Amino acid sequence: MAISALDARLTGAAKPDYWHEMLAPGRHFLVAESANGALAGFVAGEIRAWEFGQPPAGWVFAIQIDPEVRLKGVGSQLFEALVARFKAEGVTRVRTLVDRKDHLILSFFRAQGMVAGPSLQLDKDLS
Amino acid sequence: MKLQTATRLGLYAVLELARDPERTLSSADLAERYGVSSHHLAKVLRTLSAAGLVRGGRGASGGYRFTGNRRRTTLMDIVALFEPAPGSRGKEPGEETEIGGALQRVLTEVDEIAEATLRSISLATLLKKH
Repeated sequence: MAISALDARLTGAAKPDYWHEMLAPGRHFLVAESANGALAGFVAGEIRAWEFGQPPAGWVFAIQIDPEVRLKGVGSQLFEALVARFKAEGVTRVRTLVDRKDHLILSFFRAQGMVAGPSLQLDKDLS
Repeated sequence: MKLQTATRLGLYAVLELARDPERTLSSADLAERYGVSSHHLAKVLRTLSAAGLVRGGRGASGGYRFTGNRRRTTLMDIVALFEPAPGSRGKEPGEETEIGGALQRVLTEVDEIAEATLRSISLATLLKKH
Protein backbone atom coordinates (compact mmCIF):
# COMPACT_ATOMS: atom_id res chain seq x y z
CA MET A 1 0.00 0.00 0.00
CA ALA A 2 2.71 2.44 1.11
CA ILE A 3 4.78 1.52 -1.96
CA SER A 4 1.90 2.07 -4.37
CA ALA A 5 1.10 5.37 -2.63
CA LEU A 6 4.72 6.64 -2.80
CA ASP A 7 4.92 5.73 -6.50
CA ALA A 8 1.56 7.36 -7.26
CA ARG A 9 2.68 10.51 -5.46
CA LEU A 10 5.96 10.70 -7.44
CA THR A 11 4.74 9.62 -10.87
CA GLY A 12 1.16 10.93 -10.78
CA ALA A 13 -0.21 7.56 -11.92
CA ALA A 14 -1.72 5.02 -9.51
CA LYS A 15 -1.05 1.40 -10.54
CA PRO A 16 -1.82 -0.88 -7.54
CA ASP A 17 -2.22 -4.05 -9.67
CA TYR A 18 1.25 -3.61 -11.15
CA TRP A 19 2.81 -3.26 -7.68
CA HIS A 20 0.86 -6.25 -6.36
CA GLU A 21 2.31 -8.36 -9.18
CA MET A 22 5.83 -7.08 -8.35
CA LEU A 23 5.60 -8.84 -4.99
CA ALA A 24 5.37 -12.27 -6.67
CA PRO A 25 7.79 -14.98 -5.45
CA GLY A 26 11.10 -14.99 -7.35
CA ARG A 27 11.12 -11.22 -7.59
CA HIS A 28 13.24 -9.06 -5.35
CA PHE A 29 11.54 -6.23 -3.62
CA LEU A 30 13.61 -4.28 -1.09
CA VAL A 31 12.45 -1.32 0.94
CA ALA A 32 14.32 1.32 2.92
CA GLU A 33 12.82 2.74 6.07
CA SER A 34 13.58 6.04 7.77
CA ALA A 35 14.43 6.18 11.48
CA ASN A 36 10.75 6.49 12.44
CA GLY A 37 9.79 3.44 10.37
CA ALA A 38 8.24 5.35 7.46
CA LEU A 39 8.86 4.16 3.90
CA ALA A 40 11.92 6.01 2.52
CA GLY A 41 12.20 4.19 -0.78
CA PHE A 42 12.14 0.87 -2.60
CA VAL A 43 13.76 -1.05 -5.40
CA ALA A 44 12.28 -3.92 -7.41
CA GLY A 45 14.07 -6.35 -9.68
CA GLU A 46 14.27 -9.88 -11.05
CA ILE A 47 16.67 -12.15 -12.87
CA ARG A 48 15.52 -12.80 -16.41
CA ALA A 49 17.16 -15.12 -18.92
CA TRP A 50 17.15 -15.07 -22.72
CA GLU A 51 14.72 -12.24 -23.07
CA PHE A 52 15.46 -10.51 -26.37
CA GLY A 53 18.19 -13.12 -26.87
CA GLN A 54 20.26 -11.87 -23.93
CA PRO A 55 21.93 -14.23 -21.41
CA PRO A 56 20.70 -14.11 -17.76
CA ALA A 57 20.90 -10.67 -16.14
CA GLY A 58 19.43 -8.95 -13.11
CA TRP A 59 16.81 -6.40 -14.16
CA VAL A 60 16.03 -3.33 -12.10
CA PHE A 61 12.35 -2.63 -12.77
CA ALA A 62 11.77 0.28 -10.46
CA ILE A 63 13.49 2.45 -7.91
CA GLN A 64 11.82 5.29 -6.03
CA ILE A 65 13.10 7.37 -3.16
CA ASP A 66 11.01 9.79 -1.12
CA PRO A 67 12.18 13.30 -2.21
CA GLU A 68 12.53 14.26 1.47
CA VAL A 69 15.38 11.78 1.99
CA ARG A 70 17.16 12.08 -1.36
CA LEU A 71 20.92 12.79 -1.67
CA LYS A 72 21.59 10.73 1.45
CA GLY A 73 22.69 7.57 -0.32
CA VAL A 74 19.40 5.66 0.20
CA GLY A 75 19.11 4.92 -3.54
CA SER A 76 22.71 3.73 -3.77
CA GLN A 77 22.21 1.44 -0.77
CA LEU A 78 19.04 -0.06 -2.24
CA PHE A 79 20.76 -0.55 -5.60
CA GLU A 80 23.78 -2.21 -3.97
CA ALA A 81 21.56 -4.50 -1.88
CA LEU A 82 19.67 -5.62 -5.00
CA VAL A 83 22.95 -6.15 -6.90
CA ALA A 84 24.25 -8.28 -3.98
CA ARG A 85 21.17 -10.51 -4.32
CA PHE A 86 21.66 -10.83 -8.07
CA LYS A 87 25.32 -11.78 -7.54
CA ALA A 88 24.34 -14.36 -4.91
CA GLU A 89 22.09 -15.93 -7.54
CA GLY A 90 25.01 -16.14 -9.97
CA VAL A 91 24.39 -13.42 -12.55
CA THR A 92 27.19 -11.10 -13.62
CA ARG A 93 25.20 -8.26 -15.20
CA VAL A 94 22.61 -5.80 -13.99
CA ARG A 95 20.35 -4.02 -16.45
CA THR A 96 17.56 -1.46 -16.60
CA LEU A 97 15.57 0.67 -19.05
CA VAL A 98 15.36 4.43 -18.55
CA ASP A 99 13.46 7.27 -20.19
CA ARG A 100 16.23 9.16 -21.98
CA LYS A 101 14.62 12.50 -21.06
CA ASP A 102 14.67 11.62 -17.33
CA HIS A 103 18.09 13.08 -16.51
CA LEU A 104 17.72 12.51 -12.77
CA ILE A 105 17.32 8.75 -12.95
CA LEU A 106 19.80 8.43 -15.84
CA SER A 107 22.41 10.27 -13.74
CA PHE A 108 21.63 8.02 -10.77
CA PHE A 109 22.29 4.81 -12.73
CA ARG A 110 25.40 6.33 -14.34
CA ALA A 111 26.71 7.18 -10.88
CA GLN A 112 26.30 3.48 -10.00
CA GLY A 113 28.72 2.71 -12.84
CA MET A 114 26.12 1.65 -15.42
CA VAL A 115 26.86 2.35 -19.10
CA ALA A 116 24.96 1.84 -22.39
CA GLY A 117 24.18 -1.85 -22.80
CA PRO A 118 24.23 -4.08 -25.89
CA SER A 119 20.55 -3.47 -26.82
CA LEU A 120 18.85 -0.51 -28.43
CA GLN A 121 15.17 -0.08 -27.61
CA LEU A 122 12.97 0.73 -30.62
CA ASP A 123 9.38 1.99 -30.78
CA LYS A 124 6.75 2.60 -33.48
CA ASP A 125 3.72 4.83 -33.17
CA LEU A 126 0.62 2.76 -34.09
CA SER A 127 -2.02 5.47 -33.88
CA MET B 1 31.17 11.65 -32.29
CA LYS B 2 33.57 14.48 -33.14
CA LEU B 3 34.00 17.32 -30.65
CA GLN B 4 35.54 20.68 -31.54
CA THR B 5 39.06 21.17 -30.19
CA ALA B 6 37.87 23.84 -27.72
CA THR B 7 35.26 21.42 -26.32
CA ARG B 8 37.80 18.67 -25.78
CA LEU B 9 40.22 21.11 -24.11
CA GLY B 10 37.39 22.41 -21.92
CA LEU B 11 36.55 18.87 -20.79
CA TYR B 12 40.23 18.06 -20.11
CA ALA B 13 40.70 21.26 -18.08
CA VAL B 14 37.52 21.01 -16.00
CA LEU B 15 37.95 17.30 -15.27
CA GLU B 16 41.64 17.63 -14.39
CA LEU B 17 40.95 20.56 -12.04
CA ALA B 18 37.83 18.89 -10.57
CA ARG B 19 39.94 15.86 -9.64
CA ASP B 20 41.33 17.92 -6.77
CA PRO B 21 39.51 21.23 -6.13
CA GLU B 22 42.26 22.33 -3.69
CA ARG B 23 44.92 22.26 -6.37
CA THR B 24 45.76 25.09 -8.78
CA LEU B 25 47.20 24.48 -12.24
CA SER B 26 48.18 27.04 -14.89
CA SER B 27 47.15 26.70 -18.51
CA ALA B 28 50.80 25.78 -19.24
CA ASP B 29 50.63 22.93 -16.65
CA LEU B 30 47.41 21.63 -18.18
CA ALA B 31 48.71 22.04 -21.76
CA GLU B 32 51.81 20.00 -20.94
CA ARG B 33 49.84 17.25 -19.23
CA TYR B 34 47.51 16.76 -22.21
CA GLY B 35 49.95 17.64 -25.00
CA VAL B 36 47.81 20.50 -26.32
CA SER B 37 48.27 24.20 -27.22
CA SER B 38 48.73 26.40 -24.13
CA HIS B 39 47.50 29.44 -26.05
CA HIS B 40 44.26 27.72 -27.09
CA LEU B 41 43.80 26.33 -23.57
CA ALA B 42 44.20 29.82 -22.03
CA LYS B 43 41.26 31.01 -24.15
CA VAL B 44 39.18 27.97 -23.18
CA LEU B 45 39.95 28.59 -19.47
CA ARG B 46 38.61 32.15 -19.80
CA THR B 47 35.30 30.73 -21.09
CA LEU B 48 35.19 28.23 -18.21
CA SER B 49 35.97 31.04 -15.77
CA ALA B 50 33.15 33.21 -17.14
CA ALA B 51 30.81 30.22 -16.63
CA GLY B 52 31.91 30.02 -12.97
CA LEU B 53 33.42 26.56 -13.28
CA VAL B 54 37.02 27.63 -12.59
CA ARG B 55 38.63 30.64 -10.98
CA GLY B 56 42.07 32.27 -11.12
CA GLY B 57 44.61 32.75 -13.84
CA ARG B 58 46.16 36.18 -13.18
CA GLY B 59 49.18 36.60 -15.45
CA ALA B 60 50.92 33.98 -17.55
CA SER B 61 51.78 31.71 -14.61
CA GLY B 62 48.49 32.22 -12.75
CA GLY B 63 46.90 29.01 -11.59
CA TYR B 64 43.29 27.94 -12.01
CA ARG B 65 41.24 25.86 -9.63
CA PHE B 66 37.85 24.20 -9.88
CA THR B 67 34.95 26.17 -8.34
CA GLY B 68 31.95 24.25 -9.69
CA ASN B 69 29.90 21.42 -8.21
CA ARG B 70 31.28 18.01 -9.21
CA ARG B 71 28.00 16.18 -8.63
CA ARG B 72 25.78 18.75 -10.33
CA THR B 73 27.92 19.65 -13.35
CA THR B 74 27.51 17.26 -16.28
CA LEU B 75 29.63 16.71 -19.37
CA MET B 76 26.82 18.38 -21.35
CA ASP B 77 27.24 21.60 -19.33
CA ILE B 78 30.84 21.84 -20.60
CA VAL B 79 30.02 20.74 -24.16
CA ALA B 80 27.21 23.35 -24.36
CA LEU B 81 29.73 26.14 -23.65
CA PHE B 82 31.69 25.37 -26.81
CA GLU B 83 29.40 23.56 -29.26
CA PRO B 84 26.42 25.26 -30.97
CA ALA B 85 23.07 24.36 -29.34
CA PRO B 86 21.25 21.65 -31.36
CA GLY B 87 18.20 23.91 -31.87
CA SER B 88 20.20 26.96 -32.99
CA ARG B 89 21.52 25.30 -36.15
CA GLY B 90 20.39 26.82 -39.44
CA LYS B 91 18.68 24.72 -42.09
CA GLU B 92 21.05 22.86 -44.41
CA PRO B 93 20.47 23.00 -48.19
CA GLY B 94 18.17 20.16 -49.27
CA GLU B 95 16.63 19.69 -45.84
CA GLU B 96 13.18 20.67 -47.15
CA THR B 97 13.07 17.70 -49.54
CA GLU B 98 11.50 14.35 -48.60
CA ILE B 99 14.86 12.59 -48.40
CA GLY B 100 16.48 15.56 -46.67
CA GLY B 101 13.73 15.54 -44.03
CA ALA B 102 13.98 11.77 -43.47
CA LEU B 103 17.76 12.06 -43.14
CA GLN B 104 17.37 14.93 -40.70
CA ARG B 105 15.08 12.83 -38.47
CA VAL B 106 17.80 10.17 -38.22
CA LEU B 107 20.46 12.78 -37.38
CA THR B 108 18.18 14.36 -34.77
CA GLU B 109 17.70 10.91 -33.18
CA VAL B 110 21.49 10.50 -32.96
CA ASP B 111 21.83 14.01 -31.41
CA GLU B 112 19.14 13.29 -28.81
CA ILE B 113 20.83 10.09 -27.68
CA ALA B 114 24.23 11.84 -27.54
CA GLU B 115 22.79 14.69 -25.51
CA ALA B 116 21.00 12.35 -23.08
CA THR B 117 24.28 10.47 -22.57
CA LEU B 118 26.38 13.60 -21.96
CA ARG B 119 23.72 15.02 -19.64
CA SER B 120 23.58 11.85 -17.56
CA ILE B 121 27.30 11.82 -16.69
CA SER B 122 28.36 14.18 -13.90
CA LEU B 123 32.00 15.16 -13.40
CA ALA B 124 31.96 13.07 -10.20
CA THR B 125 30.68 10.03 -12.10
CA LEU B 126 33.30 10.36 -14.83
CA LEU B 127 36.11 10.76 -12.30
CA LYS B 128 34.94 7.77 -10.24
CA LYS B 129 37.00 4.63 -10.74
CA HIS B 130 34.69 1.63 -10.92
